[in-house]
Amino acid sequence: MKQSTFKADVLPYVLLLPTFIILIVFLFYPAIETFRLSLFTVHPFTGAERFAGLYNFKNIFTNSEYLHSFGISFLFTLAVVLLGLAFSMMIALLLNERIKGMKYYRSFLIWPYALSPAIAGALFNFLFNPANGIIGYFTGHRTWLTEGSTAFLIIILAAVWKNLGYNIVFYLTALRNVPRDALEAASIDGAGPVRRFFSITFAFLSPTTFFLLVMNTTYAYFSSFGLIDVLTEGGPARSTNILIYQLYRDFFVNSKTGYAAAESLVLFLLVVGITVLQFQTTEKKVHYQ
Amino acid sequence: MKRTKIQTLAIHALLVLAVFIICLPVILSLSISTQSETQALSFPPRLIPSSHLVSNYKTAWNTVHLGRMMFNSAFIAISVTIGKVIMSLLAAFAFTHFEFKGKNLLFFLILISLLLPVPVRIVALFNVVGKLGWLNHYAGLIVPFWASATGTFLFIQRFKTVPSELIDASKMDGCRPMQYFFRILLPLTKSTIGALSVIEFIYIWNQYLWPLMATNSDNMRVVQIGIKMLMNAESSNNWGVIMAGVVLTMIPPLVVFFVMQDSFMKGFALQSEK
Repeated sequence: MKQSTFKADVLPYVLLLPTFIILIVFLFYPAIETFRLSLFTVHPFTGAERFAGLYNFKNIFTNSEYLHSFGISFLFTLAVVLLGLAFSMMIALLLNERIKGMKYYRSFLIWPYALSPAIAGALFNFLFNPANGIIGYFTGHRTWLTEGSTAFLIIILAAVWKNLGYNIVFYLTALRNVPRDALEAASIDGAGPVRRFFSITFAFLSPTTFFLLVMNTTYAYFSSFGLIDVLTEGGPARSTNILIYQLYRDFFVNSKTGYAAAESLVLFLLVVGITVLQFQTTEKKVHYQ
Repeated sequence: MKRTKIQTLAIHALLVLAVFIICLPVILSLSISTQSETQALSFPPRLIPSSHLVSNYKTAWNTVHLGRMMFNSAFIAISVTIGKVIMSLLAAFAFTHFEFKGKNLLFFLILISLLLPVPVRIVALFNVVGKLGWLNHYAGLIVPFWASATGTFLFIQRFKTVPSELIDASKMDGCRPMQYFFRILLPLTKSTIGALSVIEFIYIWNQYLWPLMATNSDNMRVVQIGIKMLMNAESSNNWGVIMAGVVLTMIPPLVVFFVMQDSFMKGFALQSEK
């Protein structure tokens, strides 16, 4: 049913004005301007602009450092998303069992949501530091953060750890909507817990899984900046130098404006791609009405 | 689907294990923050708390002006949250309670803004804020974040559940739109406002990249950057002091989280339905 409305000519525009002033000045204009700058080279000191066509894009995609960064960002994101969703789904399933103390378990499992990526970086830095990191002590291996491959594993672990709470909350909410009678009927038909999970629960969770897929992807690509800056600064030897860190360095440290703008545009295309993918899959496969 | 006793026990065991793994880094940080430099650096690592709590927290507070940074972060997070709540309430009211030209286009533009997180526009955003003279200034850390697609959608969803009869009745009583908004709609929206406030406060308190770029003097830094500064200042790996800083930085968002946990869960549930 359609909602009743008020009659007014100007008022709705007045109500929307503050939001649109902010959107235009700080979102739309900067976005368009960034895209424009990606076609220019900008002098680091004078700020003089010169049209350069696709020069910046050609430059970034022939730069082995950038391509390396592109590759590890993809791997990093893939790992953060897969591990993050798998662990949080398992924990949410356990939490969904009707047991005593569930409320307390829930609180103590989701609260890292309130912590920042930078805090996660500091905590994992302490756990794995080469001097006396506690993990180093118990594993007898003290070079976790000083070797590229293990440092890469640790930023994945830290990023997954930090986002578990967020994912668990969404899965818990979704699990409440799984019809108990469907599960019980399947149980009577002789389906074991594993069958029941894959044929019923998993299907009901899929809209949430797709939503979380997008949120975790953007989290891994963008929000992990603070984590990297505190934990590894992109090192050792660029092994954790993901795209957002590379962008920060090119723009802020090296003042390569046009080049950095081109990197921004690549990130934008990634966001658009993921979002389009989400809309398509949510419409086709994962609608259960 | 009855569980056996062993199954119930197994579930408890697994949950306890999960809690242990998730909480371990933070419990350790609490313990380390009470230890002296040599204790925190001892090998094998010392896990039990010691007696340097006060001195560590004092040092952390003083070396990088953590107090000033806590104030900055709190002021910025609260200002952004209030601005976002007001703007999204007004925008959601316009979209749900009026018919007007260009409604679909404007709604579409708000939707588009979701595709433009800070990193995508950071180069020109930095220039815009610089031209406004807002670099190293509270305004540059607050105003650009006032518009909120998430908030607008959250309130639209809430407003849609308010029965139409309420509007009809108010119109009959000669109630003007803004009177209806303040007297009837707003009181019904309290819990959604609470939910959005928690989410936004935590989000802004935890921001890192933009505050790093938009500020350069010590007295304008936010507390997340303070962690990094503390680690650089205590380059001798004085982990006791660093962890004291970490603990202080965690407290405000955790307090907000635990106090408002229920409305936060509700807000989250709404978010995924958008």
